[in-house]
Amino acid sequence: MQQEAPGSAVISLLVDNESGALARIVGLFSGRGYNIRSLTVAPVDEHGKQSRVNIVTTGTPADIRQIKAQVERLVPVSRVADLTADGPHVAREMAMIKVVSSGEPRTEALRIAQAFRARAVDTTASSFVFELTGSTDKLDSFIELMRPLGLVEVSRTGVAAICRGPQTIQSL
Amino acid sequence: MRPSPSMGEQDKMTPQTASSAPDAQKPQTLPGAEVLMRALDEQGVEVIFGYPGGAVLPIYDALFKQNRIRHVLVRHEQAAVHAAEAYARSTGKVGVVLVTSGPGATNAVTGLLDALMDSIPLVCLSGQVPSSLIGNDAFQEADTTGITRPVTKYNYLVRRPEDLAPAVHEAFTIARSGRPGPVLIDLPKNITVGDAPYVEASQTPMRVAKGTAEPDRDAVKRAVAAMKKARRPLFYTGGGVINAGPKACENLRKLVKLTGFPITSTLMGFGAYPGSDKQYLGMLGMHGMYEANLATHGCDVLIALGSRFDDRVTGRVDAFSPDSFKIHADIDASQINKIIPVDQPIVGDAGRIIEMMIEEWEKEPVYAHQADLAAWWEQIEAWRALDCLRFSQDQAPDAVIKPQQAIQRIYELARETGRDTYVSTEVGQHQMWAAQFFRFDDPNRWLTSGGLGTMGYGLPAAVGAQIAHPEALVLDIAGEASTLMNIQELGTIAQYRLPVKLFIINNHYMGMVRQWQELLHGSRYSESYSDALPDFVKLAESFHAKGLRATRMEELDDTIRAALEHDGPVVVDLCVTEGENCFPMIPSGAAHNEMILGPDQEERGAKVTREGMMLV
Repeated sequence: MQQEAPGSAVISLLVDNESGALARIVGLFSGRGYNIRSLTVAPVDEHGKQSRVNIVTTGTPADIRQIKAQVERLVPVSRVADLTADGPHVAREMAMIKVVSSGEPRTEALRIAQAFRARAVDTTASSFVFELTGSTDKLDSFIELMRPLGLVEVSRTGVAAICRGPQTIQSL
Repeated sequence: MRPSPSMGEQDKMTPQTASSAPDAQKPQTLPGAEVLMRALDEQGVEVIFGYPGGAVLPIYDALFKQNRIRHVLVRHEQAAVHAAEAYARSTGKVGVVLVTSGPGATNAVTGLLDALMDSIPLVCLSGQVPSSLIGNDAFQEADTTGITRPVTKYNYLVRRPEDLAPAVHEAFTIARSGRPGPVLIDLPKNITVGDAPYVEASQTPMRVAKGTAEPDRDAVKRAVAAMKKARRPLFYTGGGVINAGPKACENLRKLVKLTGFPITSTLMGFGAYPGSDKQYLGMLGMHGMYEANLATHGCDVLIALGSRFDDRVTGRVDAFSPDSFKIHADIDASQINKIIPVDQPIVGDAGRIIEMMIEEWEKEPVYAHQADLAAWWEQIEAWRALDCLRFSQDQAPDAVIKPQQAIQRIYELARETGRDTYVSTEVGQHQMWAAQFFRFDDPNRWLTSGGLGTMGYGLPAAVGAQIAHPEALVLDIAGEASTLMNIQELGTIAQYRLPVKLFIINNHYMGMVRQWQELLHGSRYSESYSDALPDFVKLAESFHAKGLRATRMEELDDTIRAALEHDGPVVVDLCVTEGENCFPMIPSGAAHNEMILGPDQEERGAKVTREGMMLV
């Protein structure tokens, strides 16, 4: 069997907003040995009856197809899209990054934050909390840059994703 | 079964609660347990297998007060599930189980997973502590929906009275639609005691399982085009055909006759195609027939219908049927390309796909490769002539009986009775021998634990089959170790006077474990000896059944006949040779063309790699 190279994929689901739905999805991933790199979930329709779940996972294209087929079997899941395979999409996440420093490193942290268009949402004499939204790569590189400048804590949301253009998860 | 009229059309709607329905006439309100009875009745339930307890007392009270639904009291909740599985498998209906909270529910877990693996439609009702106590470590509380989530197709915790009837209706729809499977409904005691509105199935918007859509006609066309080009074709069919119903099995016969192709079956697919027909090659896989496995290895077009390329079937995956164009029809899209990459997938009901294949084949009935097919058959016949099930039985009257001899004679003598026969098995060597020697001409007659391999399945399964078919001959081919795992069901058999025939192939070993220890672990028989066995004859008598024993060849036939003729439950202790191994076999990690045919070749087993050892 030829092995295709493993990569990362964003899988988006629409699920009935019922008790245990998330456990079903997460349990499927852990039970079958699939990886969850990030996970976001929130109600998205006007009545709060449906939630959207975005999962960043890794595997070969065959793995990802199998993950998709497995998730599709779940009764409360009404829609599954592999956004990475199904066309161009936008994937963004938000992070809050706490930096505790003074003197030159503190000035440097602020300067880099400006370059990244990160917002300082909390400022004290010895610390900043930066809020940054963007692609996972962008957040990763910002965090790497903050590391020597007094980075003490990171809180990230995980990826929210949507396809580009007029297409929707329903029309894919 | 009365399928809900909303099935299919209302795909994927959230169940609407009765109370939120605008003005419509107010639904009738009844105690929850009675709502449950009514919903079960509406779903066509005739039998429930269960065991009472504190949290389900209101349900048992409602059962007591009605007489449309029959309750069968088992002796352990696991047995309730296996009995319901066999009831479902042998009738095509949904099996129903009722257990109490906590240990009642946890005891059912093995059976639920067994049903999930073998695609058996079940609805399991479990009691739960009152909603107000959930999360408080109450007496006999368990997180039943949490525990059973990975072992069911779907499950519910009914939190509001108005959700009760819709949950029951939807549960039956989900259990039987798409790829069938078990569904659990957890019922807190306040829900069954308190009042709840009754909603009819027709008034309940329901979700259905995936796989109910019409198969893609073009995919079928491409599959049939490949079948037309085949020179060495092979059908490989499984339990999906049986789940598709009797008509699917009839059509399979038609398709196989129409094409003239050979056919092999998985353990779960027995009887979908007549076992006595000459186009049938028998079971494939680890202990499959030589001709079936070599045909699988050598075919150029493999037509998989309702089968899932289980590891017991494929052997070494990268050497599985290496040169074939693979067609895979399955109702469950996640089975496609899961283990073996296929060339032509078709998602849908096996019965419908077979129908479409017949239509497409008949559109242009010319098959250009008859000569090649004839040569293929010649090759298959040569393989078949090897007679891979051959064993040598000393025919002296005082000779020790070989297990193969015992099972073959049970089969032959049961067939001589001319009675409609259902056969269940436990798990192990006896199961594989039964799979090799028993041939079924009809579907739904073979009841075995395929995917999960649950020791202790057979006796409760025989209970379920006999309850469903009171007039039929029901046999459990058992091993002495397996059968002890649910031997308490002799009590159920006695209570309901079920004339089940339990044949214990007693070799004083967990035979399959012993066989693997011999082949892979230097004959170090670690903990596989069945020590301190009961006297099965006395055990039978203490459970009000007839007990028989055969230890020598001269006793074998008479003992089997006596058991078959007895109008009541019988336990037969067939004392057989201890060291017999089950052949043919594909050593784990090997390919289909590397089968071991018999003990003479056994040393080859020593060559099993460490990787193969892990696959056992």
